[in-house]
Amino acid sequence: MADKPKKTSAPSSPYTADRGAAGAFEGETVTRRRFMTVNALSIGGIASAAFGLPALGFALGPLFTDGVPNAWQDVGEEADFGTSSYVPKVINMQPAAGDAGKTTIYVRKFDPELDTANEDLPYVAITSRCSHLGCAVRYVAASQRFGCPCHGGIYDFEGKVAGGPPVRPLDRFHTRVVNGRVEVGERFSLNSKLERFAPRDPSSHLDGLWQYLYPPRPST
Amino acid sequence: MSRLTPPLPKFLRPAPPRPGYNGGGPEATPGNGDTPPGGNGEQPGTIEQLRDGAAESGTQVVGWLDERSGASPLLRGMLYRKVPKGTNWFYTLGSATMFAFVSQAVTGIFLAMYYEPDTSRAYESAAYITHEVFLGELVRGMHKWGSTVMILLIFLHLARTFVFGAYKYPRELNWLIGVVLLVMTLAMGFTGYLLPFDQRSFWATVVGVNIQASAPVIGPYLADFLRGGAELGTTTLARFYALHMLLIPGLLAALIGAHLYLVAKLGTTAPPWLKAEKKELSRHEL
Repeated sequence: MADKPKKTSAPSSPYTADRGAAGAFEGETVTRRRFMTVNALSIGGIASAAFGLPALGFALGPLFTDGVPNAWQDVGEEADFGTSSYVPKVINMQPAAGDAGKTTIYVRKFDPELDTANEDLPYVAITSRCSHLGCAVRYVAASQRFGCPCHGGIYDFEGKVAGGPPVRPLDRFHTRVVNGRVEVGERFSLNSKLERFAPRDPSSHLDGLWQYLYPPRPST
Repeated sequence: MSRLTPPLPKFLRPAPPRPGYNGGGPEATPGNGDTPPGGNGEQPGTIEQLRDGAAESGTQVVGWLDERSGASPLLRGMLYRKVPKGTNWFYTLGSATMFAFVSQAVTGIFLAMYYEPDTSRAYESAAYITHEVFLGELVRGMHKWGSTVMILLIFLHLARTFVFGAYKYPRELNWLIGVVLLVMTLAMGFTGYLLPFDQRSFWATVVGVNIQASAPVIGPYLADFLRGGAELGTTTLARFYALHMLLIPGLLAALIGAHLYLVAKLGTTAPPWLKAEKKELSRHEL
């Protein structure tokens, strides 16, 4: 206190004694008050991070993990499906959720004269989730189109966008035939040329520069 | 500071010593809150003494609490604060919103005693509340319709604040807090909508989450966070339940406290149609 002028005259000295700190030790460069403040704050910060970061990772974990892969699900005999129209079938996307995981899909036989892509899949299984915001689309046999009741999205027979706000074709599922029965597996998304992509959320673009604004899930 | 606040109301002031009781001594002051009435070592007093003691017991309890908490200056500052001339019924919309919040909190706590946040049980337990539990339909109905009432009241309160210009300096911070409160109340509506887990709430949430997924870059991550995975299901329901029950209401209550503190500290504004009458008067009022 006594040498206040000295404190202001030599503020740049590394030693607390030179800076005029009360009770300074010789050779001390950090005041004990400042040392304790820094210590208390860092220990508090470490302790908070010790529970905060794991809790945050716990909450954000699902962003970085793969979901449970869809098991192959039986949707009927090969004879049930033709090439000219879709047959609605119910599969369960999330068996753990019980009935809440059920969803309708539309299935038909692959038609070599019409279908130009995805020749490796013997059947075309199209989701009922609109690629705009995820409402349930309905297949209308009379017009051979899919229509969404929410915002008027229209898809043609292949599931390509024919009108309205959807940004990409309807998602599809992998299909295979085992012992004469048709099975449906993982969902995948398609761009406007019906090229396959990892499954995306509705409203994620897959064409042009837009696709870079909607990244896939980190794990895929 | 103490001169600006009004004096204590009459019922809170210590009663003056009455002539003829407590031996009639002028120094026997019963008002300091420490000596129980009629407790000066004598026989249990007459029926009048007991009656007086009973009459003062409320004051004594309040005095005991006040001496230890120092709450009365705060309460007096809050409850007897000056309000501008022209204050009218529109100024009650904020209190009405807070009352709606309290009503939502109370009915929500009691709904949580019957509700089960599980995909296989949520719908059944909600139906059980409506159809089986005594007054269940009423309490669930109050919670459901109360949410709409609360959002309506918030918008009316917001419109009042905007039209009256009450968001201007120095109340911008309170406007910002109010906007956060509005967004969090809408988030309460969004998370609560899923909980009955019927077809409507399920698909409304599917669409609601996908609307958030449509935001560029962060959208897909936000949607995954809300769903707790790639598909809406068991984790989503548990997540929405935790957000609806714990995280958002806690933040709401804390921010309502901050909002109220600023209202009490800064005072309310006069209606815009009222002109200041005199310089010094207006300085007092504003």
